[in-house]
Amino acid sequence: MKGLTIFLGCLIPNRYPGIEMATRLCLAKLDIDFVDLEGASCCPAPGVFRSFDEPTWLAVAARNIVLSEALQRDMLTICNGCFASLADANQILKSEPQLREKTNEHLAKLGKEFKGNVEVRHIIEYLYKDVGTDNIRSHVEKPLDLRVAVHYGCHLLKPSRSRGLGAFERPEFFDELIECLGSKSVDYPDKMECCGAGGGVRSALKDDSLKMADHKLSRIKEANIDCIVNACPFCHMQLDAGQEEIKEKTGTDYNIPVLHYTQLLGLAMGFPAEMLGIDRNVTINKEFIEKIERILLSEEME
Amino acid sequence: MSYTSQDNAGISSGVKNACKDIFKCMQCGVCSGSCPSGRHTSLNIRKLVRKAARNSDVIREEELWMCTTCYNCQERCPRNIDIVDAVLGIRTLAAHEGIMHSEHRKVSELLLEHGHAVPIDEENRKKRVEIGLEELPETVHKYPEELEEIKKLLSSCGFDRLLGKKRKSELEEEVK
Repeated sequence: MKGLTIFLGCLIPNRYPGIEMATRLCLAKLDIDFVDLEGASCCPAPGVFRSFDEPTWLAVAARNIVLSEALQRDMLTICNGCFASLADANQILKSEPQLREKTNEHLAKLGKEFKGNVEVRHIIEYLYKDVGTDNIRSHVEKPLDLRVAVHYGCHLLKPSRSRGLGAFERPEFFDELIECLGSKSVDYPDKMECCGAGGGVRSALKDDSLKMADHKLSRIKEANIDCIVNACPFCHMQLDAGQEEIKEKTGTDYNIPVLHYTQLLGLAMGFPAEMLGIDRNVTINKEFIEKIERILLSEEME
Repeated sequence: MSYTSQDNAGISSGVKNACKDIFKCMQCGVCSGSCPSGRHTSLNIRKLVRKAARNSDVIREEELWMCTTCYNCQERCPRNIDIVDAVLGIRTLAAHEGIMHSEHRKVSELLLEHGHAVPIDEENRKKRVEIGLEELPETVHKYPEELEEIKKLLSSCGFDRLLGKKRKSELEEEVK
């Protein structure tokens, strides 16, 4: 099996480093062969940069992919946005010779060339397909008796013809990854709906963006859950920092804990919450942290 | 730079290709009924598609930027129109006309300067160290020569000039 490079992107290392730590700890514990992608940049973010100029978007994405090609390793993304940009760009550059040629003209000035011999993966589909829920379950040291609202996020699944992860309307693989940790994935209305951050909406039209987040959070709140678990730091930021912004705007205080899947997995593997950055969100729910601490302190159950 | 004009031509024909699909639209409204943004904002993606097929003024529509690119409309379109791809294509035309939100321009300038759309800040340098990571991640942040590469690449693509398009008039406004 080909080893991996981990592609950090922007938000994980620069805003939610706990997710970076959780990723490193979990991959190591699962004995997955990974190395850093030294000198990687922004993916670049699909919302703004693909909108503004596709050749630029392709060239910057291609340079990141080339770094992984040089190491002869597939790329592992931890963010739906990075996955969208890098997987789409990889596919376009592999299948459209004219665009590849033009992109390579830019890369040639850096002494680089896109060859098209690695794959771009997302940690959620990688864990599901290549590691498997049985294997993950066998690494669980602290089964997490939690009610979880799963948020897939859009670009993990769509456009579905490029992702190839099956039905996008009612997928189940992420729910299975949650449940193999001992948690319950709770269905809620509009579960598959967008968080409202993507497409450059959060950065430029904050109020509109927060209306979407507010709607999603209100549905989740009704489901009586312990936490939200996502696959993407941008959804994470929208649902976490967004709660504080909504509180300021409307007075509604949801106070729902938000975790990236790697953080939930880290907890189940027995890593302390503070090491995983779970207490470093914008929205802090003390009861949840205490509940987690009780679970982590409990006797080993297996 | 010859690349700029070639790229522009490429984008125009790319948008034409995306919009060519739009003529298949029968205005059924599955797209707008599926749109999470349309539930809360003034975006009506069905109307936007209609306008895109008829009027190049569509590049000035404020609603163009309310799409979160969730792809629901594209996935569910019974005529298989690549609606989000068309939105992105029209946005490109708009950006090349200098029509861009100042926040998006700022994000782009951050990419030009730091190689990250969201660069590290003091608070997160500290946070990284406190949880046991290195102060700087293994990205362009840690490798200045790699950042130079990104700058060279963005310049080769003409991205800096794209951002420069309206900057002067905006600066003048700021001074006022």
